[in-house]
Amino acid sequence: MTDETAFQPIQKVSIVISKGSLDGVYPGLIMANGARMEGMEASLFFTFFGLEAVLNKRMDNLKVATVGNPGMHMPTLIGALPGMSAFATMMMKKEMEKIDIPPVREFLTMIHDSGGELYACRATVDMYHLKREDFISELDGIISVGQFYEKAAGAQIIFT
Amino acid sequence: MGTINILGKQLAVDADGNLANRSDWNEDVARELAKQEGIPNLTSQHWTIINYMRKVSEKEGSAPSIRRLTKESGVDTKTLYQLFPKGPAKRAAKIAGLPKPVGCI
Repeated sequence: MTDETAFQPIQKVSIVISKGSLDGVYPGLIMANGARMEGMEASLFFTFFGLEAVLNKRMDNLKVATVGNPGMHMPTLIGALPGMSAFATMMMKKEMEKIDIPPVREFLTMIHDSGGELYACRATVDMYHLKREDFISELDGIISVGQFYEKAAGAQIIFT
Repeated sequence: MGTINILGKQLAVDADGNLANRSDWNEDVARELAKQEGIPNLTSQHWTIINYMRKVSEKEGSAPSIRRLTKESGVDTKTLYQLFPKGPAKRAAKIAGLPKPVGCI
């Protein structure tokens, strides 16, 4: 790699969101929105449990994982207590609102309106027998992994 | 710290190329800055954004997030990206004579 290519600014990002917890979804949304804010092209590809973030019935109720998440600094047995995940979720949402991070639905509309593209993974959609109408209207399409790579041509691919 | 030539005057800029001194800014300077950013004409909607950003920045010390900008200025996200293509918050801040916004949203 020459110096010239090493310092080329990033023009385009394709971000894969594969997790369905609140803490699994937000980093990808923030990175996609941030890319658009910097004038880069951005697309999001929701796969496996990441689909929860674009499903109308699920997206408003995503939860923070309190079990199996060492970053929470919470013993597994405590994290498993009823209501613990809901509590952690409430706290996180409150803190995010303070720094102007919107709820998932509003965030996706924002990314879409800014020109970012939203795609659902064909294989996951088939696996769960989902239909187009199960998703938010902002979704740009249900595409295969091959189509995802086609659309990602020239982009940095980020897996979350 | 560098300077840029605007309307025959050398004005100090910060590392991002944004005006270093608020007092150097006026509407004519803004029009020149906009031209340098590839926006030949500032419409009334551009001014809505610029004035709103200056107002918030004056009161709170930093430029507002895009979310707040669209909610409170009355200009929606789509329009904002059309008005200031390729990075609305940072380009609007530059034209408004403010430092580059530091927030992530």
